[in-house]
Amino acid sequence: MKAGQLSFVGWLTLLGACLSLALVISLGVGAVQVPVEQVLSALFGRPDRALRAADLTIIWDLRLPRAVLAALVGAGLAGAGGAFQSMFRNPLADPFVIGASGGAALGATLAIVLAGNGPLRGVSTSLAAFVGALGAVFLVYLLAASSGETISALLLAGATLSTSLSAVVSLLMLLNDQKLQEIFAWLMGSFSGRSWPQLWASGPLILIGLGLLWLLARPLDALATGDDSARSLGLPLEQARVAIVCAASLVTAAAVASCGIIGFVGLIAPHIGRLLVGTGYRRLLPISALIGALMLLATDSLARSLMPPLELPVGIFTALIGGPSFLWLLRRRQQ
Amino acid sequence: MSDLIEAHDLSCAIGSRTVVEQVNLAVRAGEVLALIGPNGAGKTTLLRTLARLLKPSAGSVMIEGRAAWQLQGRQLARQLAFAQQGSAEQWPLTVEQAVRLGRAPHRGWLLPLSSDDQAVVERVLEQVGIAHLRQRPLDQLSGGEQRRVIVARALAQEPRILLLDEPTAGLDLKYQMTLLELVRNLAQEQGLAVVITLHDLNHAALVAERIALLVAGQLLALDRAEAVLRPDLLEQAYGVPIAIGRHPIYDKPLITPLLPEG
Repeated sequence: MKAGQLSFVGWLTLLGACLSLALVISLGVGAVQVPVEQVLSALFGRPDRALRAADLTIIWDLRLPRAVLAALVGAGLAGAGGAFQSMFRNPLADPFVIGASGGAALGATLAIVLAGNGPLRGVSTSLAAFVGALGAVFLVYLLAASSGETISALLLAGATLSTSLSAVVSLLMLLNDQKLQEIFAWLMGSFSGRSWPQLWASGPLILIGLGLLWLLARPLDALATGDDSARSLGLPLEQARVAIVCAASLVTAAAVASCGIIGFVGLIAPHIGRLLVGTGYRRLLPISALIGALMLLATDSLARSLMPPLELPVGIFTALIGGPSFLWLLRRRQQ
Repeated sequence: MSDLIEAHDLSCAIGSRTVVEQVNLAVRAGEVLALIGPNGAGKTTLLRTLARLLKPSAGSVMIEGRAAWQLQGRQLARQLAFAQQGSAEQWPLTVEQAVRLGRAPHRGWLLPLSSDDQAVVERVLEQVGIAHLRQRPLDQLSGGEQRRVIVARALAQEPRILLLDEPTAGLDLKYQMTLLELVRNLAQEQGLAVVITLHDLNHAALVAERIALLVAGQLLALDRAEAVLRPDLLEQAYGVPIAIGRHPIYDKPLITPLLPEG
């Protein structure tokens, strides 16, 4: 086995171990502290341990699904961001570059504004965000296709639609100031109160989308070398782009539907992945997915345990912690 | 031997501007055709049209007797490879990953490469002299090394027709000569049909049996190398006085451009 592959497996193992460790720790911290050994016995069900029923509930019904969801969302955003960075040949691309966030925001805002305070409210907000995200991406694709469907047409249509949609969202917020805080909390992204229903709804879609993206690694690498170059290898560009956009948008929409808009992870995690294992999407996807998972799991644990019982929006932490640590990595790499 | 690639009355427009006009040419298996001409003559456009990257505005391209635009993309990419000009600095890949992409036309876009594919990749890396760079990312290579990666990827496609756009640009003397030697061997020993654009006319004289001289999108001449490398034709094409002697070692013409004032 060659050195490059060995270090890839090495990083995979190391990050996997870190993620498991972070998961165990995150289940213990929060408004109620649970010692590590009790977390482990709650998870693996050793019968000789006497566990408080309240701790079991906290771990199984509250923290475990939330932590797994955060990790999956982080992995999904990282995978989708990396795919768009390759496809658009643009290091600034992220999962929201072709309008998914704008569409999701509008969908969720409409759902919040229109809904009463019925029991179905949470679910319908998620569904509206999911549909909104996919709808916006579809619209962007149609707009770009009508103008020749180049990479830059997609980027321009995405930016334009996002701006227009966020103007509508702002307007809706102004007109519904009694719902302002709720809308704002959603826009900032949060895992507060998310549990098994959100995990079962979004988790499988994220995993399926990531699997599809992994299968599309070779077309992604080819597209990253340029249109002429990819076409001269016989790649059907339009089909490949549609497949990538569909897979990445499925992941993004499922992620956004479960927790709102969390920026930065999808932008930064693939870059960190590249710093660690270099190039090629087939390697980059699993590594950056693990990094994204770790980032969101860690920041969500911080967000809910730093000032208990107050929960801070996780998006603030991803930006506050992710940004400087990425710059630090970049500097180290350059030295 | 039969013609592997043909252009019939080929015209090509970029926007509304006609860049290539009424070009007829054909290249046999085992033959190297050099495409020369001043900047902006349409060499790259012609090559890209032959590679089916541009749709002709008139005329047709035939690949092994079949209309190029009726072939499947992957089918075409197994018959014809195009090595673009310029750098590969923006490719977010290592040398080996880039060359492995050249196997996609054979293996498909989703299946993993086989050991046969990997054997081809190894052979090509050796052939082009970049095996020692295999783990290096492309953005860490010199311009000349990147050019060799582009050529290597094209060779990994195992094509019967090879289109090379200024492959010697930016290479040092050793790799200019190694590359020309490689091109000649590919034609003579493996029977490839090669179309190569070159700025250095002496390179064209060394490597090509026939030369196509393109000026303002039209073929000014297409003939045996010695018949095209004539002072009057070249002066008309390039607009500078040109002296032609004999090569001291090879039985070839030696072309020397002169300062415009003489």
